[in-house]
Amino acid sequence: MIRIILILILIIVSFISVFVGVKDISIFDIHRLDQDELLVMLVSRLPRMISVLIAGVGMSISGLIVQQISMNKFVSPTTMGTLDACKMGILFSMILFPGGGMMYKMILSFSIALLASVIFLKISSKIKMRNIIFIPLVGIVFGNILSAISTFFAYKTNLVQNMEGWLIGDFSSIIKGNYEILYLGVPIVILSYLYANKFTIVGLGEDTASSLGLNHKRITYLGLVFVSITSTVVVLTAGVITFLGLIIPNIVSLMFGDNLKKTVSYTALIGAIFLMICDIISRLLIAPYEIPIGLTVSIIGGMIFLILIFKRAKNV
Amino acid sequence: MIEVKNVSKMYGEKMILNDVSVSFPKGKITCLVGGNGTGKSTLLSIISRLVAKDSGLINLLDKDIVNFKNRDFAKRLSILKQANHPNVRLTVKELVEFGRFPHSQGRMNALDKEKVLESIAFMGLTDIQDQYIDELSGGQRQRTFLAMVLAQDTEYILLDEPLNNLDMKHSVEIMKILRVLADDYGKTIIIVVHDINYASSYADYIAAVKDHKIIHFGLTDDIIREDIMKEVFDIDMTIVDNCNNKVCIYFK
Ligand SMILES: Nc1ncnc2c1ncn2[C@@H]1O[C@H](COP(=O)(O)OP(=O)(O)O)[C@@H](O)[C@H]1O
Ligand SMILES: [Mg+2]
Repeated sequence: MIRIILILILIIVSFISVFVGVKDISIFDIHRLDQDELLVMLVSRLPRMISVLIAGVGMSISGLIVQQISMNKFVSPTTMGTLDACKMGILFSMILFPGGGMMYKMILSFSIALLASVIFLKISSKIKMRNIIFIPLVGIVFGNILSAISTFFAYKTNLVQNMEGWLIGDFSSIIKGNYEILYLGVPIVILSYLYANKFTIVGLGEDTASSLGLNHKRITYLGLVFVSITSTVVVLTAGVITFLGLIIPNIVSLMFGDNLKKTVSYTALIGAIFLMICDIISRLLIAPYEIPIGLTVSIIGGMIFLILIFKRAKNV
Repeated sequence: MIEVKNVSKMYGEKMILNDVSVSFPKGKITCLVGGNGTGKSTLLSIISRLVAKDSGLINLLDKDIVNFKNRDFAKRLSILKQANHPNVRLTVKELVEFGRFPHSQGRMNALDKEKVLESIAFMGLTDIQDQYIDELSGGQRQRTFLAMVLAQDTEYILLDEPLNNLDMKHSVEIMKILRVLADDYGKTIIIVVHDINYASSYADYIAAVKDHKIIHFGLTDDIIREDIMKEVFDIDMTIVDNCNNKVCIYFK
C-alpha cells in the first residue's frame, strides 16, 4: 500500500520535473507539442528526469548497502571517502590520459573508489572503539586526505582550480548522449534487490553471517563493488551528491526497519522522490538560473542529518 | 559426535587453548564450565569454524570440519555466541526466519515457516513476534536469538552462556527445552553455563576447563564432587542430595 503511494508520488514529481525549465512547456500542451518542444523534451528534459531518477535510487541504495556492511548507520559513500576517491580517479585519468574518453575515467574512478572503500573498511574494523559516530568521522578524515592529494595534483597540473567545488552535483548539463553510462546503475539496483537477504545477514555481523553459512567476505566485497560502480557513474554524469546515501536509508530504517528484502524498494523510491524534489527546487528557486543540486541536497540533507543524529544518539 | 583432538590456540604470545582433546557425545547435553578467560568461548568458536585453530583436528560426523561447505556446515551445526545482539531493526519473526537461511536461502517453504513459528512458540515469543528486537529487553532479545538458532534446526547446537540476561523462570524453561531437544530429537548440545547447578540439574556430561585445558570430563554425577569443584572453581562447595539431584551450595 505504502509502496503504491510512493510510486504514485514518484510519477507525479517526475511529471512535474519534465515540465519545469527555462523553456515553458505546459502539461496541457503535451498532446500538441511542436517540433522545438519535442526536441527539448527528448534531448534535455527526459534525460534529465531519468538521470535524477537513477542517481537518486543508486546513491540511496549504495548508502543502504555500506551501512549493512559496516554495521553503522552513519556510514555512506560520502562519509567513507568513496566519492572523494571517484573524483580522484577522474582527475588522475585527466592527467594521465588527457585525450582519453569516458572509458578511462570510468575505469580509474571505479578502481580507486573500490580500493578506497576496501581500505576504509579495513581501517574501521581495526578501530576498537565501535562508537557509532567515530567511524564515519574517520571516514570523513580519510576522504579529506584523498581530496588533499587530488588538490595537490590538480594545482600542479593546473587542471582544476577548486577541488571542493569541482564536480558538485549538477544535472543542468545533462543531455541526450552524455548521461547514458548512468544506465549501468540499473542492473546494480536489480542485483541489490536479489542480494537483499544476504546484505541483511551481513548486517547481523560476521559471526552470525558465517554461522548461517554465508561467505561474509564475498558478500562484503560484492557490496563494495556495487557501491563503487554506482558512485562512479553518478559522479561522472551528475557529480557528487552528498548526504543522500546517508539520510534516505536512515529514514527508511526508522520507518520500516532493516529487513532489506522489504526496504530496498522503499529506499529506492524515497531516494528518487527526494532527489527529484531537490532538483525541481534547484530549478525554480532562482529561475531562470539554477542552483547546483548538490548544494540543495547538502542543505536539506544536512538538516535532516542533524535531526537523525539526535534521534539515533538517543538509542546508542 | 564432535571430536576435538589436540587443539591449541594462541593469541599473540598468550596461550588460550593448550592441547585440548575431548569428544562430545551424540544426543547428549554437555556443559562446559570454568572460570572467566579460560578459553571456553574460544573453543566453541573454533568448533564452529568462526575462529581458526593453530593446530589439532576437529571431526564432525567423522569428517574434518574444514572439509564442509559453508552451507552444509550451517545445516548441521549452529552456534549462539556470547554477545551477538547487533542493534538492528528486525522484528522477532524476521530474525528467527533468518535461522532458516541455510535451508531455504531466503525462499521459505511450508516446513520452514512451521519451524519458525514453532521456535518462536518454544521461546515464548509469540505475543511479541512482530516487535522490533531493538525495542525488547535484554532477556527477550536473548530468547529471540535462541529461537533463531532453534529454527536453524541443526543436529549440533552450541550455546555460549545463553542464560545471560535471563530471569530464573526463563533460564529453567530453556534448560528444559534443551532437555527435550536432546532426549526427543537427538540433538547434541554443548552449552556454557556459569551457575554449576544448571549443569548438575540438566547436563548429561560436564567438561571442566581450567588453565586453558579440559581438566575433567565425565558424567555429571561423577564430576559434581567437592574436590573437583574446589579444583575447578577454587571455592569451597557443599554438595547436597536433593531427590537424586546434586545441588552445590557455595554461598556463605
Ligand atoms: N580475538 C582475540 N584476540 C586476543 N585475545 C583474545 C581474543 N579472543 C579472546 N581472547 C582472550 O582469550 C582468553 C580466553 O577467552 P574466552 O575464550 O572468551 O574465555 P571464556 O569464554 O572462557 O571466558 C581471554 O583471556 C581473552 O582475553
Ligand atoms: Mg566466554
